Amino acid sequence: MSRLVWLGRRLVHAFGLMLAVLVLNFVLVHLAPGDPADVIAGEMGGASAQVMAEIRAAYGLDRSIGEQLVRYLGHVLSGDLGFSFYFNRPVTALVFSRMGATALLVASAIVAALVLGTWLGVIAARRPRGVAAQLVAVFSVAGFAAPVFWTGMMFLLLFASYWPIFPVSGMENAGTPRVGFARVLDIAHHLVLPAMTLALIYLAQYSRQARTGMLTALAADYIRTARAKGLGETRVVYRHALRNALIPVITIAGLQFGQVLAGAVLVETVYSWPGLGRLAYESILRRDSPTLLGVLLGSSVMVIVANLLTDAAYRLADPRMRTQ
Amino acid sequence: MSLSPTARAARAFGANPAALAGLVMLGAMVIAVGVGPWLYGVDPLEIVAPPLSAPDGEAPFGTDYLGRDILAAVLLGGRATMLVGVTAAFLSVVIGVTIGATAGYLGGRVDAALMRVTEFFQVLPALLFAMVVVMLFRPSLVTVALSIGVVSWTGTARLARAEFMRLKGLEFVEAARAEGATDLRIVFRVILPNGMAPLIVSATLAVGAAMLFEGGLSFLGLGDPNAITWGRMIGQNRSYLLDAWWTVTFPGLALFVTVLSVALLGDGINDALDPRRGSSA
Repeated sequence: MSRLVWLGRRLVHAFGLMLAVLVLNFVLVHLAPGDPADVIAGEMGGASAQVMAEIRAAYGLDRSIGEQLVRYLGHVLSGDLGFSFYFNRPVTALVFSRMGATALLVASAIVAALVLGTWLGVIAARRPRGVAAQLVAVFSVAGFAAPVFWTGMMFLLLFASYWPIFPVSGMENAGTPRVGFARVLDIAHHLVLPAMTLALIYLAQYSRQARTGMLTALAADYIRTARAKGLGETRVVYRHALRNALIPVITIAGLQFGQVLAGAVLVETVYSWPGLGRLAYESILRRDSPTLLGVLLGSSVMVIVANLLTDAAYRLADPRMRTQ
Repeated sequence: MSLSPTARAARAFGANPAALAGLVMLGAMVIAVGVGPWLYGVDPLEIVAPPLSAPDGEAPFGTDYLGRDILAAVLLGGRATMLVGVTAAFLSVVIGVTIGATAGYLGGRVDAALMRVTEFFQVLPALLFAMVVVMLFRPSLVTVALSIGVVSWTGTARLARAEFMRLKGLEFVEAARAEGATDLRIVFRVILPNGMAPLIVSATLAVGAAMLFEGGLSFLGLGDPNAITWGRMIGQNRSYLLDAWWTVTFPGLALFVTVLSVALLGDGINDALDPRRGSSA
């Protein structure tokens, strides 16, 4: 029962956040100079005053703001995000078709950063003056400071041009499309550089966090007990300390999903990865605001869902969270 | 032993090689950007050599796709990047501290409501939101700085809230209240100076983050069309990357070094202001 109540509450909360994003979208579009009728007229190559009035009436732009907001919310909640003139497709279909590629990229990057970052952090905590500790120190500053779009291009120069071991762009071999397992391998091959570029920023933060968490955990009483029981050092570090050290790392990873998504916009642009970020870039080039707003909405939904999943995973992993 | 806190912090900062390196690097970049264009004397918009010439004595950083000198553009481009970075960071700190301080000091319903707003802005993918704002309100240095400031205050707000919640129950605040100090006075004159240390660090890092943010927006073509910035140079030259590495590498390196020095400086200030670190280092 309490689990259902919790889930219900979280869902209502998530829905509230989504409504807020929608209202903000609406307000922004209305505050901006010019209205959608101007844009449509622009697409048509100019229109007379009478045609403009007809466009406004057709899209309900002549009604009151409140009425327009209700109309807009109704449209969006029934899955209608408008039409992209440039792509000649409904925005909803466009956004959905790109979500998978972005989810793949972002998930790979987060997993890579979590695994590598935790590993570096653990080594650094065990030998505070060792090479790994120095590496973590350098990484955590350099990873923050390197512009992700530039790092991506430097990787391209190194690993796609100088040593051409990875493809320059895209998600699949366009010339000879593959099927089955060969296709999976092909996509994985294309995924390495973009995912590593994106992972690099978060690798820095996670390794730092894992190091701090490990240092705290290793100093705790229960670790001394474990050692006193005669457990091996590896078991103490990886089974006892790491579990507790990981909780803050996972919290941060969950909270930062939105930032990773923003980084993905830049990485996708550099590598022509056919995801939401690339779509956002293309819609900027074409001044296609319905599509850009659709991407913002789609990615907000992804963040909200990711947060919900993190919370649920948390409740499963940490029994203390359930009693709160 | 009887050093003032400021002197002790300055001494700790001076004993930290990474922090000093950050300060020197940042100083060098600011000077290069400040007087460099005038010293170098080449117009970044003038065509000086064939397009995409490799770096040589004539143009030390090579030329771009139109044959313009890249070093001249890197020197001038830093001005807009730094200006936007500092302005946006200032804005984000002002918003963050105001919201965080109000929430932490007043607590209760105000806190709950303000934290809802903060959570909302954390959910919103910042870069995409800024892209929408800049595109709808046409790009200029002002809209870029505003949009960055408006989306990047949440971390500072949480930090300020935690500091205010921690400090408001302490004795010296009680004492000020007993003396009849107003809420405004307590917030600005009593609590804020004592909670300054983490906020200074956060503000320093915010400058770095804002410069990267500006770089990203300009790279995507959403910067001020009338200003040269490092991000814009990278975005404009990106199709020539594989034929002319210098067109992209040098502006990116300039941004990287500047943000790196700001980050080292921020870390150094953090270590210097944290008394627990003072004795061990």
